[in-house]
Amino acid sequence: MRLIAPLTARLPPALRTPRAGTALAFAAALALPFIGRNGAFTNFLADAGAFVLLALGLNIVVGFAGLLDLGYAAFFAIGSYSYAMLASPQFGIHLPFWVLLFVASAIAAIFGILLGAPTLRLRGDYLAIVTLGFGEIVPQTFLNLSQWTGGPNGIGSLDQPVLFGYRFGFNPLPYYLMVLGLIALAAWLANNLRTSRLGRAWMAIREDELAAAHMGINTTSTKLAAFAMGASFSGLAGCALASKLQLVSPDQFMFNVSVFVLAMLVLGGMGNIPGVIVGSLILSALERFILPQTTNFMHNVGLNVDLTNSRFLIYGVILVTMMLFRPEGLIPSRQRKAELHAGQADRRAAAAEGELLTEVIH
Amino acid sequence: MDVFFQQLINGLSLGGIYALIALGYTMVYGIIELINFAHGDVYTLGTFFSLAILTLLGVDSVVHGPALIGVLAVTILGAMILCGLTGVIIERLAYRRLRNAPKLAPLITAIGMSFILENLMLYWRGPSPVPFPQVIPNPQFALGAVTIQAKQIIVVLLAVVLMVVLQTFVYNTRLGKAMRATAQDKDAAQLMGIDINTTIALTFLIGSALAGAAGFVSGMYYGSTWFFNGFGAGLKAFTAAVLGGIGNLAGAMLGGFLIGLIEAMTTQFISDQWSNVVVFSVLVLVLIFRPSGLLGESLPNKV
Repeated sequence: MRLIAPLTARLPPALRTPRAGTALAFAAALALPFIGRNGAFTNFLADAGAFVLLALGLNIVVGFAGLLDLGYAAFFAIGSYSYAMLASPQFGIHLPFWVLLFVASAIAAIFGILLGAPTLRLRGDYLAIVTLGFGEIVPQTFLNLSQWTGGPNGIGSLDQPVLFGYRFGFNPLPYYLMVLGLIALAAWLANNLRTSRLGRAWMAIREDELAAAHMGINTTSTKLAAFAMGASFSGLAGCALASKLQLVSPDQFMFNVSVFVLAMLVLGGMGNIPGVIVGSLILSALERFILPQTTNFMHNVGLNVDLTNSRFLIYGVILVTMMLFRPEGLIPSRQRKAELHAGQADRRAAAAEGELLTEVIH
Repeated sequence: MDVFFQQLINGLSLGGIYALIALGYTMVYGIIELINFAHGDVYTLGTFFSLAILTLLGVDSVVHGPALIGVLAVTILGAMILCGLTGVIIERLAYRRLRNAPKLAPLITAIGMSFILENLMLYWRGPSPVPFPQVIPNPQFALGAVTIQAKQIIVVLLAVVLMVVLQTFVYNTRLGKAMRATAQDKDAAQLMGIDINTTIALTFLIGSALAGAAGFVSGMYYGSTWFFNGFGAGLKAFTAAVLGGIGNLAGAMLGGFLIGLIEAMTTQFISDQWSNVVVFSVLVLVLIFRPSGLLGESLPNKV
């Protein structure tokens, strides 16, 4: 923000508001595929958009409510499979895409509640391991129940969305525009939630659960709401991506995906919607363009290094180094930044106090 | 019924491995209340370290007589030391700075460390399973229709012996007392002159060394490993630690054996594919109905 401040200072005041920034970003996103006029690029944008949706959803759970969900891909899987089972030749059911968008996110939210209800009463760190386990067994279950889910092959030839008679087909552009619409909806929803009574309750729990409980917040139902809301976003993403790829299979939803999305939040800035979107786009671009290009470049220079294999290593390094050196992310929310550095401030205060004490003693 | 007793034996030896890993989880959780997600990967690293030491010694087949004891001692101790040091380095790099940060921060670095270790192992030994040489002569004993392999006895014995050594260390030495004091109250322990950083590093050293021993045992037991082995094993061992009562050493041991039995029985009587699902369901059920575990005391929320 500090970097662009001198640029924005020259703009008329009406254009300096966050609302103007959002509108500008949305307009740019809308124009992007028409400027590029490149099918592969639009295709990338559509895929990356689905991950932005996931990141926005996980941001509610991790960023707003401060609950570590390590099995977020499970809800993504549930959303995707819901669409696959209700809009494919698998069972001969062909419900319209737009209805399933709501159905899939509702189903994902219900599973969020089913998993959350018994476990959210527990200490926060147990939640991390329970969600990790959940993230492990959901794809495993889809793999095992092959008579319904097609086992390792998954479910194919899913229906493509149709809007007022227009069939989406294999062109990535309509998918991108749809995902963009969903992102706008999700970001708007998340932003309104953030400042709502519920959102403030989430942040109170994140900062100090015990204090929040004593202020009269029902911590269990509030956390459950975060879980359900986050899961429902992944249902949207699941529907969008499944209908675009026309295929779901268990290996799309492994633990790697949960960590991939978590790394987006940590990189961009947990709890900050623009930060999360930017972090998500950076990592998607890293996976699709930056690593393969760098690998190509290395090959041309004569170095035989394949960086495309090291993307998971890079996510690990991002998680560790960001948490150590810039836990608030690249584009932080001011509040979160203060919280994450609170420990350090305490320590500094304690150190100063210690010095004072020694002075008194001597 | 024979099948049942056979699976009982298999489950116990499987449980010995989980128990050794669970000890590391429970010690670290007991002292700094952190789920060390990288612990399962330190265990896999133990198998790879053992393999590297055996290769260095030029051992690739069964060894007999006194040489066997030498080879076993060098390999197990070597793996334990290397894993112990890895644990200390992980603590220093990823956890120490965040000791006063919100709980979320060290959990995220823990998952990051786990990913880093897994992918370093992927670079080191590739994505396919790596064979582990059979070093120990493996005579089998028949007890009616049930066969017991020598290596199954070794697994259980080693787990129990290491557990007794650890218990003695924690309850009968000054350093052990320092560890218990730090676990109870870090600030008070510090005021009593205990070096907290050293004590926590020591906890990681011992816990990771036990994972190293478990790594050797698992290589010997299964005859192969791969870079992602620690993920599932770590989840099961953590379940074992919670089942036994987190922070409780004897509980981790008990939990480890129980999880081993549950896994063996599921594999036999339901299906191999569902064993992860069943173990995970056990975790959730324990957390709901008895979060303090079988032997643990209930942990109050620290203010």
